[in-house]
This record gives sequence, structure tokens and C-alpha cells, in this order.
Amino acid sequence: MSDARQDPIADNEVLVELKSIGKTYKKGKEVVPVLANLNLTIKRGDFLALMGPSGSGKTTLLNLLGGLDSPTSGELIINGEYLDKFSGSQLTEWRARNVGFIFQFYNLMPVLTAEKNVELPLLLTNLTSKERKLHVAAALELVGLADRAKHYPKELSGGQEQRVAIARALVSDPNLLLCDEPTGDLDRTTADEILALMQELNREQQKTIVMVTHDPRAADHAKKIIHLDKGTLVNDIAAGGHHKKSGTGGA
Amino acid sequence: MYYLFFIVKNLGRKKTRTILTILSILVAFLLFGLLRCLSVAFDAGAEIAGEDRLITINKVTLIQPLPYSYLSKVRALEGVENVTMANWFGGYYQEKKNEFPQFPVDGDTYFDIYKEMYTLPAEQMAAWKSDRVGVVIGRALAQKFNWKVGDRIPLVGMFAQKNGGTTWEFVIKGIYDAKEKRADTGMMFMHYDYFDKSRQFGEGTLGWLIIKVKNPAQADQVASAIDALFVNSFSETKTSSEKDFAKSFAKQFADIGLITTLILSAVFFTMLLVAGNTMAQSFRERIPEVAILKTLGFSDAMVMFLVLAEAFVVVLCGGAAGLAVAAKVIAILSDKFAANLPGLHFSMAILLDGLMAMLLLGLLTGIIPAIQGLRLSIVAALRRR
Repeated sequence: MSDARQDPIADNEVLVELKSIGKTYKKGKEVVPVLANLNLTIKRGDFLALMGPSGSGKTTLLNLLGGLDSPTSGELIINGEYLDKFSGSQLTEWRARNVGFIFQFYNLMPVLTAEKNVELPLLLTNLTSKERKLHVAAALELVGLADRAKHYPKELSGGQEQRVAIARALVSDPNLLLCDEPTGDLDRTTADEILALMQELNREQQKTIVMVTHDPRAADHAKKIIHLDKGTLVNDIAAGGHHKKSGTGGA
Repeated sequence: MYYLFFIVKNLGRKKTRTILTILSILVAFLLFGLLRCLSVAFDAGAEIAGEDRLITINKVTLIQPLPYSYLSKVRALEGVENVTMANWFGGYYQEKKNEFPQFPVDGDTYFDIYKEMYTLPAEQMAAWKSDRVGVVIGRALAQKFNWKVGDRIPLVGMFAQKNGGTTWEFVIKGIYDAKEKRADTGMMFMHYDYFDKSRQFGEGTLGWLIIKVKNPAQADQVASAIDALFVNSFSETKTSSEKDFAKSFAKQFADIGLITTLILSAVFFTMLLVAGNTMAQSFRERIPEVAILKTLGFSDAMVMFLVLAEAFVVVLCGGAAGLAVAAKVIAILSDKFAANLPGLHFSMAILLDGLMAMLLLGLLTGIIPAIQGLRLSIVAALRRR
């Protein structure tokens, strides 16, 4: 774990930058603030755990980072692109190129085999069918499921389903992996295997990972932990408990 | 191929529901095929009726006769190329159920006016003309009763002969064929002269005139001139194009076109509700999956296309199967009813109509879930999970 906290990527290479981000929702006539004046930078190759109580804005922040939602105010810059200025269709295209999503309940298509599920994001590329198959095989190999390619989700264990979901997230080689409680539906042993896999992806594939979790043991696999409460950053701790910085700021 | 595979897989997740929906669409399109063919067959007489032919009947009703002298008066009118006549005979062979159309006609002029529709070998025409009790029959009628040239056919007619008897005996002297597939070959033609001289009542009258005009563009003027010729006479006339006459004649039995339109409207409206509800339900069950597709980067339009395509695949499967069954049934029926409904066949026009109906039904059943897919908010949909 300790080696994971030493960032091999250059410190000044910023991938994500949030400047005074605010997000509100309308509930009838009432305006509900979810995120307020949030400042955060995430470096390329980082592995961040996002923690906080329910309703603290973790998932909203993850949605903003993934281009699933737009901020109400502030600037959101990822890989030099100002996402806050993007239209809905631009965000859709951007997502396909730059982000891989991993969910708590895997969200695989039940009617498709593992390999067909992994192939889905590649349909949005210009790859030929043959090239897509090569990419899919490589992604499944990477998550250790090459021998389960022809299996349907219902024929896989929870851990295997999540590995397929990780392969789907990886297959288009995105800059950023966003994980929403990726081990929330798994037993401890399987969860540890998945977290170890994510660490490996971070370490060896240099994938930047942001993981929302309630589980401190899961968060402990990350390089950094960020706490959110009532829509603001509370502190910023190196995983393992070492307090690094409080309030808004770099991660 | 991937998308088609994905759509078919999605349809297969609730096999019973999909099969039942496809079956109900199949039945709707089977009905569509059968009723449209029937409707077209009933209108076939009007469809193949010539633009250059007029029909003159008694203004009171078709069953009131016209004086035979009208024939020569009409022939003398300007714009008239040829005139012939026909009368209703209304007989049956052996049993009442064996009714078929029989007409006393003037053979020469009748076959001349209809030369683009019917063909009769010259030697058979000559043989017919030389035999006063001779008749010519159509190919379908010959096949129906297994008749051949030389057979003697006794018919019970609605007209009594001068001796009081109603059984008329005829000899088949020729068999005519259709030049156009939809032309009626289920009829029998006999000599008007023989019929007129032999009947007990009504001698010197005819049923209707058939006029061939020199210029189809002047058909209306010729029709008006004919009716004007006999205005204020004992037997005033009503002249119309053969097409209009055939249509109004068919409507005397029933407005088949209207009936089929009403039935098919009811069927398709019901189908719209059934298939539309199925598609909407199927979409609701998969909202989180649709949200995932959008999350992965599938555009709103692509998601809309996938949902619509699913509706189209269901409708096309059911519709194509329905039309295929209808075509098969019509093929069997057209052989069986060749003499009664010569125009009964599954045409390319009906197939194209069916395809249009499928596309429209697919669009209407899929459009609501497709728009829901288009507008689906990823954040809201994932929160529902």
C-alpha cells in the first residue's frame, strides 16, 4: 500500500481542475444546493477515494467529473477541456473518449455475453469488428476473465461481473476511471481482489481513478482520500490516515 | 450486425410477450392482406374498365330494358366508334347454387369492343356464329364445371321461352381467354337474336348499351349527347363511363372498400394500443440499461434509434409473416374462386401497402418510448436503480 502513495507521474501534471464549482438542484420552487464553492485538482495517475455521509455530494461530484451533469457555477477543466462550457451532445462525445465508469451493481447488459458487454463502448469508435474483438480480448485478459468471455452476466459471480464492468470501462483506454461504490455489493475477499485490480490498473496502466465509497477499508487502497460534507471539502488525507491538507485545494 | 444482434437479444428477454405481440401483429396483417385482396377483387371490374367505353342503361333502373332501336340511333351519333349491347339472362346450371353470369350479346361487336381484354380463336368465333344455340364461355367457367367445346349445357333461365319452358339448351362452341389477368373469364355469352326471338316477353328490348368512343377525352360529351337523344322519351337513358358503372354496380352488393377500411381501421387501432403498450412496458423495464448506454457515450439520437428499431423489428416480423400467410391463402382461394372473383390475387401494390402500414405501425408504436429514451436523464435514471 505504501508504494501506491508515491506518485510516479510528474507532480505538476494536472488532469482535473475544479474551480469554485457549485451545483444546485430545483425541487419544485425550492433550490437545493448540493456542492458549494468546490476547488479541487487531481493529477494524472492519481487514485482518489471520495468519502462522506449520504447526501454530502459525492455522487454529484462524480457525475460532474464524468460529464453526466453540468455544474451550476464555476469551471470544470479536464485534460485541458472546459466541460462546464460543453453542450449535452459534446459531453456525450467527450464521455465516450475520456471516461470509464464502474458502478456498484455492475450495470452489465444481461442479454449480452461478457465480451459483447465489453465491446459496447467500442461501437462508438471507428474500429473494425476484428479490431474491436482484439481490444475486447485484451481487456478481458487484463482483468483475468479471458476464459469467461462467452458467459452471460447471470453465469458469473459478483466479482466476475465487476471485472467485466472494469474491462468495459477500460476497453476504450480512457484517461479517467470513475467508480461509484465499486465494492459495495461484494464480500470482503472479492472486494479486496477488485480493489487490488484497481490499484494495479492505477500503478501499471497509469489510470487516474476517482472512487466514491463509504467503506474506509476500500478507501485505504487509494493514494488519497477526500472527505465531503454538505457539499464542501472537509479535508484531504493521504490513504492510511495521514492528514495532508484541509479545506479546498489540491489532492 | 452488432445492433441487430443487440435488438434481437433484447426482444428475446421476454420471449412469451414478444411472441404474443408478434402473433397479434401477424393476425392484423393477415386480415389486412385478405381484406385488401378481397376489396381489390371486388373493384377489379372498375379498375380494368376502359376509359373509352360508356354504358347506357335505363334511367329508372338497370333492370328496366331499353328499346333495341336505340342501338342504331346511338351508333349514328358523332364521336361513337362502335356500339354493342347485352342483356341479363340470369340462369343457373342444374342447381340454384350454380349461378354464374350469362349474357345474350351481339358476338361480333361485343368481342370487337372488348378485344383488348378477351381473345377467342377465329375458328371458334365462326363456329359460334354458325350455331344459333351456340355459346362461348370463359376459361375459368370451363375449368369450374369441367366443360369443353361441344358440350351441351342446359340452363334454367329467369326468362320463359315461347313454349312456356324455362330450360334453355345451349352448345359450347368456343372458350375465350383473358388477355389481362384480372379480366373475368367466368361468363357465358349467347346469341341475342336467338334469345330475343325465343323469349316469351320483352322481345325487341335490350338490357344495356356498350359504347366505344372515338376519343376518350370526349367521353363526357358523348355520354351527354346519348342521354339528350332520349330525353322525354318513354325510356330515358343514363350514360356513364364503364368505370363508374362497374363501381356503382359493385356497390349494389356492398361497399366492400368502405367495409374493409372500417374493419382494418379498428384492427390497426387495437394493434396500436397493444403493441404500443408492450413497447412502452419493455422500455420502462430497461430504463437503467438505457441510462448506462448513454453513460457509455451513446448519443440521444442513437438511443432513440435503438428503441425505434426494436419496435420496427417486432412489427416487421409479425407483418411480414402475416402478409406471407395472406399471400398463401389468397393463392389457394384465387384458384377456387377464379370464376367468381377473377381479380382475387395478392398484388405487388398490396405488398407495398402492407410495407407502408408496417412502417407506420412501427413508427407509431415505437415513437413514445423512443422519445422517452431521447429525453432520459442519466442522473435521474441511475438514481432510480
